[in-house]
Amino acid sequence: MHEVGLMKNTLAMALKRAAEEGAHRIHRLTMRIGPLSGVVPEALEFAFDVLTRGTIAEGATLEVEQVPIICYCSQCRGDFQPTDLFCECPRCRHVSGEVRGGRELELASLEVS
Amino acid sequence: MCEECGCNIVGEVRIDGRHGPHEHDHPHPHPHPHGDLHEDNRRTVPVHQAILAKNDRLAERNRGNFKAKGLLVLNVPSSPGSGKTAFIERTITDLGDRLRACVIAGDLETDNDAQRLRARGIPTVQITTGNVCHLEAEMVSRAMERIPLDGLDVLVIENVGNLVCPASYDLGEDLRVVLLSVTEGEDKPLKYPIMFRTAQAVVVNKIDIAEAVGFDRDAALRNIRRVAPKATILEVSARTGQGMAHWYAYLEEHCRAERPDNPR
Repeated sequence: MHEVGLMKNTLAMALKRAAEEGAHRIHRLTMRIGPLSGVVPEALEFAFDVLTRGTIAEGATLEVEQVPIICYCSQCRGDFQPTDLFCECPRCRHVSGEVRGGRELELASLEVS
Repeated sequence: MCEECGCNIVGEVRIDGRHGPHEHDHPHPHPHPHGDLHEDNRRTVPVHQAILAKNDRLAERNRGNFKAKGLLVLNVPSSPGSGKTAFIERTITDLGDRLRACVIAGDLETDNDAQRLRARGIPTVQITTGNVCHLEAEMVSRAMERIPLDGLDVLVIENVGNLVCPASYDLGEDLRVVLLSVTEGEDKPLKYPIMFRTAQAVVVNKIDIAEAVGFDRDAALRNIRRVAPKATILEVSARTGQGMAHWYAYLEEHCRAERPDNPR
């Protein structure tokens, strides 16, 4: 993926929000990431450490909240959580084309002071 | 390959399917400069903003502009070397008297693809991304300024050859047409499920050499359906023209849908 670019966007978002809050320091960034976003959290963390240097987020903790994939099975008329990236219903083996969650890639919250 | 995508970064490494011991625990043992000064004031601020929100907004704007012009827009990603340029070249040449088309071609370096398409008389804008491993909506929007869109039927965006990063970036297209060539192996869709899942159409290219490379067609189709159950699958050879008629029928049907006021 392109985690350096994504982390640049995330950090810009965080610094803007912190400034609006009148914060002097960012202690923690919490991101929500679904497996279908295609983002590798470890690569984000690497980029985070490099990009935060010299900013009010230097030394902050990056917390990644993993969001599960949720699919809807039109045969069973119910949601299910696949265990891999192939959205096959564990009840009837039907492959779901309807993904209801798991694409998330967002900055959820900041801990500031 | 690409500093933007951090290809040289060790990502979620799995050996024989197993995760390493490293599971999101990152202590920061170094002291935090003047952290304690504001310690009492610590508070959590909700943000809830999508990281790709800006790209998605620009993509929607592109989509609106395309729609206003009655233009069908294709985003064509694939691995490097699966025949995107040949496929686009043949399509536009064969349909030349029926559809007016132009191309935005994305590559890290060189304008070879654009030169090749222009030599065929196909209006083409080249986006050279430098080190960026995918096209973004903003790049497309800038490229659009260089194309007179009025009177066109189809805009084909040839993405950077990469099955990973382009999956996350909406460009404002109507259809995502992912190419897979028979030389790449039948399990490519399983290896890159996120990209194939986003496809409205999957084109299996180079079927003229399928036998020579021992391509297992049934396995490939099964794998595509497993990750993209709703996608239309088209089997073609852009070189010999085999199967291209089905693709043209698919394309023209979508063009008509885009321009209901203009039946052909």
